Amino acid sequence: MRDFEYEAPTALADAVELLAGANGSAKLLAGGTDLIDHVRTGRLEPDLLIDIKKLAELNVLEASDSGLRLGAAVPCYQIYGNEQITSNYSALADSCQIIGGVQIQSRASVGGNLCNSGPAADSTPSLIALGAVCVIAGPNGTREVAAEDFCTAPRQNVLEAGELLVELKFPAPGGKSGSHYRRFIPRNEMDIAVVGVGAAVTLDDSGENFVSARIALGAVGPTPIFAQAAGDALAGQPANDDSIAAAAAAAREVATPIDDMRGTVEFRNHATAVLTERVLKTAIARARGEADGYTIGH
Amino acid sequence: MATADVDTAQTNGNGKYKVIGTRPIRHDGVDKVTGRALYGADVKLSGMLHAAMLRSPHAHANIKSIDTSKAEALPGVRAVVTNADLPEVGDRIAELGEGAVNLRHLSCNVLAGPKVLYKGHAIAAVAAENIHIAKEAVGLIDVEYELLPPVLDVREAMEDSAPILNDDVRTDTMGELGNTPTNIAAHFRYEKGDIEKGFAEAKVVVEREFDTATVHQGYIEPHNATALWNKDGHITVWTSTQGTFSVRQQVAELVNVPLSKVKVIPMEIGGGFGGKISVYLQPVAALLSKKSGQAVKLIMDRSAVFEATGPTPGSYIRVKMGVDAGGKITAAEAYLAYEAGGYPGSPINPGCMCIFACYDVPNGKIDGFDVCVNKPRTNAYRAPGATNAAFAAETVIDEICDELGICPVEFRLNNASKEGTRRVDGVEYPVIGMADTVEAIKSSAHWQSNLEGPNRGRGVASGFWFNCGLKSAATATVNADGSVSLIEGSTDIGGSRASLAMQLAETLGIAAEDVNPAVVDTDSVGYTDVTGGSRVTFATGIAAYEAGMDIRRQMIARAAEIWDVDADQVRYEDGTIIGPESSYTFKELAELVIKTGDPVTGRGASSAANQGGAFGTHCVDVEVDPDLGKVKILRYTIAQDCGTAIHPSYVEGQMQGGAVQGIGWALNEEYFYGDDGSMHNASYLDYRIPTCYDVPMIETIIVEVPDPEHPFGVRGVGEVPIVPPPAAIANAINNAIGVQMTELPMSPPRVVHEILKKNS
Repeated sequence: MRDFEYEAPTALADAVELLAGANGSAKLLAGGTDLIDHVRTGRLEPDLLIDIKKLAELNVLEASDSGLRLGAAVPCYQIYGNEQITSNYSALADSCQIIGGVQIQSRASVGGNLCNSGPAADSTPSLIALGAVCVIAGPNGTREVAAEDFCTAPRQNVLEAGELLVELKFPAPGGKSGSHYRRFIPRNEMDIAVVGVGAAVTLDDSGENFVSARIALGAVGPTPIFAQAAGDALAGQPANDDSIAAAAAAAREVATPIDDMRGTVEFRNHATAVLTERVLKTAIARARGEADGYTIGH
Repeated sequence: MATADVDTAQTNGNGKYKVIGTRPIRHDGVDKVTGRALYGADVKLSGMLHAAMLRSPHAHANIKSIDTSKAEALPGVRAVVTNADLPEVGDRIAELGEGAVNLRHLSCNVLAGPKVLYKGHAIAAVAAENIHIAKEAVGLIDVEYELLPPVLDVREAMEDSAPILNDDVRTDTMGELGNTPTNIAAHFRYEKGDIEKGFAEAKVVVEREFDTATVHQGYIEPHNATALWNKDGHITVWTSTQGTFSVRQQVAELVNVPLSKVKVIPMEIGGGFGGKISVYLQPVAALLSKKSGQAVKLIMDRSAVFEATGPTPGSYIRVKMGVDAGGKITAAEAYLAYEAGGYPGSPINPGCMCIFACYDVPNGKIDGFDVCVNKPRTNAYRAPGATNAAFAAETVIDEICDELGICPVEFRLNNASKEGTRRVDGVEYPVIGMADTVEAIKSSAHWQSNLEGPNRGRGVASGFWFNCGLKSAATATVNADGSVSLIEGSTDIGGSRASLAMQLAETLGIAAEDVNPAVVDTDSVGYTDVTGGSRVTFATGIAAYEAGMDIRRQMIARAAEIWDVDADQVRYEDGTIIGPESSYTFKELAELVIKTGDPVTGRGASSAANQGGAFGTHCVDVEVDPDLGKVKILRYTIAQDCGTAIHPSYVEGQMQGGAVQGIGWALNEEYFYGDDGSMHNASYLDYRIPTCYDVPMIETIIVEVPDPEHPFGVRGVGEVPIVPPPAAIANAINNAIGVQMTELPMSPPRVVHEILKKNS
């Protein structure tokens, strides 16, 4: 392992300055659950690690009537330990509960998961489904990008030199809403998603019809995929097996998976539809306040 | 353990024994659970250097040149070695206890010669003042390669047009060598009876083809070696290994020094399963130490363990079996092709001998091929070769049972091998317990229970493994406090310290806790073959028993001397030395030993005894997700003939461990290669061994058909439990959803593929 410098700024402006001044040779350290392994094995050789856990803006965790603010460095265990998140942004809690084990969850952050920009990231489909907006700070000020527009290719994203993700903003769910994320893994633990699906639905007052739905897919393309048409087509439809099956088929249409050590194209296409159905059913049950029948790992 | 409520009387020969069949705390237990046990990575010596290895990024290439000058010039680097530093060993075969090896191939596997034959093949090693410098120096070594096309599939490698890996390999057909270079290193053939006549007599004949993936032993502890080549020419090696004497022999041969110049000190071992017999790092650490003058430590990382150490072969198998209307096998034919990896030596021969070993096959024909491919050289893995074979044979049997409407358990009982049955390869069985294991499953609570619910199914399968005898030595010394120190050379990978101490304790009529077993280095105990072949509790057990009998004779003689009577008037019974007029307990006489004469040291050895073989029958219930192809193991029961269970907990642990590895092999484990021959999943993240969430508690039924070759009737237990699981699970999947799997692993994508094919 190569030697590197370590800085832990306490002001956001200082962090941006350090990052911008390093000319691409700096890496941001939040939980470090991916970064440290990459540095240890030599896949990454940064000259400077900037620890961002001491920045107040990146540790915000605030749920109110106007929505949820989630700092980019907030670790998973705080997220699924927050009752407002588990009840109103369940998909996000679902994601955070299956990223690694307890030790990893104590360090790993959703912001880090998004910025790594892996196609199979477990939290990104939930961010997209829940309509999250990424707040980005850089040398030229602050800008906002929708979660579905953040990743651009495997391990690549919209962050420019000197920019860092500060927080994720989520709109407050309206009416009868429910959301869910689940993934398929061959074992029951310790795996990367072969396919992951996140969905958020809002039903009308009767609980029988969709008002709106957002569906996002993981591990079936070079980036997490916003299956916008599949969700949009549900608006105004009755929430029944037919509409769910149609959405599943539409989601499958936008998947562009590859064959690799985790799954085949055939399997991933098929599983995208199967998981979309299962995820929508769980999200609907949650919107209706019914038992959702979901157990982690299945 | 869930099985701890099993009545001990069930497993101690119905009260015949005092120590055997009980469950004392293992002698090495406290050190292991408190973290004090010293493993290979714990070795720290003064002035010790740290080494790193350069490994091939290519699966198949000629090495045009290696330039180590920049690495040698890096400050802190103390030695660099390549294949040029290894002496020429010639084309000799070395017997390593369990299997033989061509020394030139072994040498070229340790540090690549003119070619690299798989990605991860070791090329050069650097010793430096710390591991960071060593790793940096590895990056400074320039190797010029001439890339060659890799061949990864066994059937492709057998084609005439395939790239040839080794220009010195000729097909060995029953001792006759071919004329031209080939990847087919050997062709075995076994025949019995009249195969045509046999198939003509059959009512049902089923023929199927099977493919199984390369899988790894998956031990937790990576390979390791620390070596000191002293100025006086003596080499000391600290390493975790299944065989210290085998390491001694391999190191001596490869660095060309006499055996007695090498001392191997065994460290605790974090799993082996057959994969820690062959040397990888030990000769390299020794050469680095010779060059640098310091002790050198070399440890593999996980990706090197996967990419460069002995997996068990992927295979292609074809099985054809005929059964008559009465449910009797009339004929069985098999064709097996096993991937040897870069150099010859797959377990094809045991695969051929095991494939129909559970059954009385009147007419049989078996062809087996050992084939080089651009993957790491295969090594032993728990019943090597037998699991692949059983997957094929046992699933064909189930299909035949389905067709004839015969219960698979009754079929196995009806055709089971028994004493006097002659295998297709010619061996006639002594007393064996195949049918007893099927009977045990038939009467088990599991088999008797109803399995209900959609997408659920039950499967059974049986398996065989030879077990071996080979050579062991032990000594035992009597201490003045009545305890006995047992000195032995079988490195302990499965609780053997405890099982050997218990056999000595039983022999002497003392408590297991009064025996202190120690596994010592190669200078401190007589020659002992590897911990492999399920042989230690059997053969080193005989040595411990013989050492105990030697002590008994000496204790009788000593008591006779003290009492001034003839030795034949003294007898040894249940830990008591009884004379005509008085008696001593063992402890009383032990206290007198050094006060009255020579110290008492017992000596024991074993070489002639051979085992009768082990059989197991497994029963499994699964539930298959019909949409996603994921298989959940609901319940799993093993019945296995263990001869006599010395320490039932460790017998059960071996059965459970073997089954869990078999479940991993069945469902998810595989080497996943890119077209360029690089392994894409060389980590435990994507090489998926089962986690504790993936298997239920495995239920065990210990069947005891004592092996007459052993004084207590021991049969080895470590290997056969890995043989039936893939077949049993395949049969259960078929029973659950009507899909016959013929490829391992039966991973969700493969199961879904078969489901979609069936539904379309």
